[in-house]
Amino acid sequence: MTSREILSETRDRIARAANVVRRIIGVPDYDRYVAHVHAHHPECAPMTREEFIQQRLVDKYSRPGARCC
Amino acid sequence: MSKVLRAGVWLLVALGATGALARLALTRGETISAAWLLTAAVCSYAIAYRFYSKIIASKVFALDAKRRTPAVRLDDGRDFVPTNRWIVFGHHFAAIAGPGPLVGPTLAAQFGYLPGVIWIIVGVALGGAVQDFVILAASVRRNGKSLGQMAREEIGPVAGLTALVAILGIMIVLLAVLALVVVNALKSSPWGIVTIGLTIPIAMLMGIYLRWIRPGRVLEASAIGIVLIIGALYAGRWASEQPTLAAMFTMSGTSVAIAVMVYSFMASVLPVWFLLAPRDYLSAFVKIGVVAALALGILITLPPLHMPALTQFTDGSGPVFAGKVFPFAFITIACGAISGFHALVSSGTTPKMLENEQDARMIGYGSMLMESFVAVMALIAACALTPGVYFAINAPAGVIGTTAASAAEWVRTAGFTLNPSDIEALARQVGEKTLLSRTGGAPSLALGMAQIFSNALGGSAALALWYHFAIMFEALFILTTLDAGTRVGRFMLQDLGRHIWEPFGRVSWYPAVVLSSAIIVAMWGHFLYQGVLDPLGGINSLWPLFGISNQLLATVALCVGTTVFIKMGKAKYSFITLLPCAWLTIVTMTAGWEKLFSPEAKLGFLAHAKVVEGQVASGALPAAIKTVTDARRMIFNDYLDAAVTVFFMVSVVVILAASLREWMSVMRGAKPVVSTEVPFDAIPVPGD
Repeated sequence: MTSREILSETRDRIARAANVVRRIIGVPDYDRYVAHVHAHHPECAPMTREEFIQQRLVDKYSRPGARCC
Repeated sequence: MSKVLRAGVWLLVALGATGALARLALTRGETISAAWLLTAAVCSYAIAYRFYSKIIASKVFALDAKRRTPAVRLDDGRDFVPTNRWIVFGHHFAAIAGPGPLVGPTLAAQFGYLPGVIWIIVGVALGGAVQDFVILAASVRRNGKSLGQMAREEIGPVAGLTALVAILGIMIVLLAVLALVVVNALKSSPWGIVTIGLTIPIAMLMGIYLRWIRPGRVLEASAIGIVLIIGALYAGRWASEQPTLAAMFTMSGTSVAIAVMVYSFMASVLPVWFLLAPRDYLSAFVKIGVVAALALGILITLPPLHMPALTQFTDGSGPVFAGKVFPFAFITIACGAISGFHALVSSGTTPKMLENEQDARMIGYGSMLMESFVAVMALIAACALTPGVYFAINAPAGVIGTTAASAAEWVRTAGFTLNPSDIEALARQVGEKTLLSRTGGAPSLALGMAQIFSNALGGSAALALWYHFAIMFEALFILTTLDAGTRVGRFMLQDLGRHIWEPFGRVSWYPAVVLSSAIIVAMWGHFLYQGVLDPLGGINSLWPLFGISNQLLATVALCVGTTVFIKMGKAKYSFITLLPCAWLTIVTMTAGWEKLFSPEAKLGFLAHAKVVEGQVASGALPAAIKTVTDARRMIFNDYLDAAVTVFFMVSVVVILAASLREWMSVMRGAKPVVSTEVPFDAIPVPGD
């Protein structure tokens, strides 16, 4: 393996690990949402990243069951 | 592995669990290593997971990897998202883990370590983990319905409404008692106030970073946040060493209480991206990090437990909270063994994320075992303190007086030893003015953790930093629960209120937002303020109230679970949920009854009100109460606490009665045995 390949593989691994951490702490996954809209509702335009994040956050903090004592 | 070998391994694990438990139970008059406690817990968890949760997974629900989950069927890229089970596990654990399992076992250590160990281990295996798993599986089978919806649909409308109102009531008591824990940890501690105070602008900075500077880069913002809060820890130490700053930031209990109320109100009305969300990310990291570090620290140091197996306070004469070991040990430990609140999480976000319904076992049952392990660690940290130090910190001033000498004298009469100069030296060593009567559990837990951490890393010179690190950790995640809880409470109140006055329910109409937030803060703020003024420390009366309400919610969840079992035609397995349900009913009813009608003023709300009324009438005021108005307020609060207890008890009876009726009519055949599950929907096999 060339050093460039090793570097890009390491970068991939870090990106994957970062993604796992993000999802554990509950960061809304915008890319997945856009992919979903394109795949299942091609006629709809997805929300922008800002709209999506804002909407997810408001939703998360408006119902019981998102956390505990 | 051959069958014989496997059976042999499990036999060894079973022997490990029973052996360690026996060693813990039979030890008298000598210190015992924490290793025994860890062995007992881990071996019991392994057995419970392997065998007991298996029955629920395969015999009751018959969880099937081929059955499509709501996340797969309803995938919308937002709520319903099929997710890897380890990620869901982490997410679910971070959502259920809170200050409850840390504080409860610390307080219950007044009975000695044994009652705590037994209830944490047995309670989780047969109760808490069962509840979380059953509700999660039931919700997954019903498109992710919430506990309230399931109560209404499975049991009936009365049970559903009672559950909703009870959830709001429980939130209020929970927020009040957690706020009181923070207040007691921060009052007259300039270091703590500065450190915690700084976490607010740090969170706002992260919010701004995430919104405008580098939108959506949560990990970057969190890394910056973590570096900054460590800086805040040092800033707190620096401020506490400057006489003028130290004086400025030395706040009384009442001022800290007001500050906490103002903060929570602001957090509830400000946009979520600004304060709430960044704080939550930060808190999630700190939470998982500290839990892991504590496990590592305990494994490295294996501290000896100085607390005896049982203290004489099992008879109800304990200073930390009133009441005998039964039922109050079970009420006090709360979340570490079973927590009704988890049923809200198990029927909230988690069921909408499972990609395979068989994951429910690991996520529901498994993460509750982890939570229980956190409770075991908190118990170890508390019992690693010498009993003298533990009681000096956790007994209210009304019992041990306000000087090191009076505290040491009380400890001596209780049969333990405490050198007055030692407790003063210890306070100086952790950078506090005093450690006497710092009730609420947080300071003694922080001291226990600091001892474990500093033994593992940094030595006694680092004790003060570790102590304040632990205080910051507890306060950070309690405040996260407070602000998010206030916001959720506001939405629940708006939802209930809109039936009375429609505009009140408009979530984006500012006057309604401000009004409903103010009402929620006023409700828990009242209990908090009363707790701060209470000469017996407030934790005394509020923590049992919280325990009762939390276990009540668990009773509701287990009733829902039992109904689900019966309607699935699995009535013969209903002992699985009925057993913990019956036990919790006995515990909450006994505790509630004693809190109401005990003739001892220390224990019973009504008896206490009578005593104070008598004192007011005769012109003598109770100790530490200065005016007749204060005394009257105390009486009013006793009646209020009594009314809240009655409300919780009536709720249990209503839900139990409604459930029993439903069970009877299904069992007698008056109602058909029909499950409300979404019908089986197989994953299409490729090539079909």
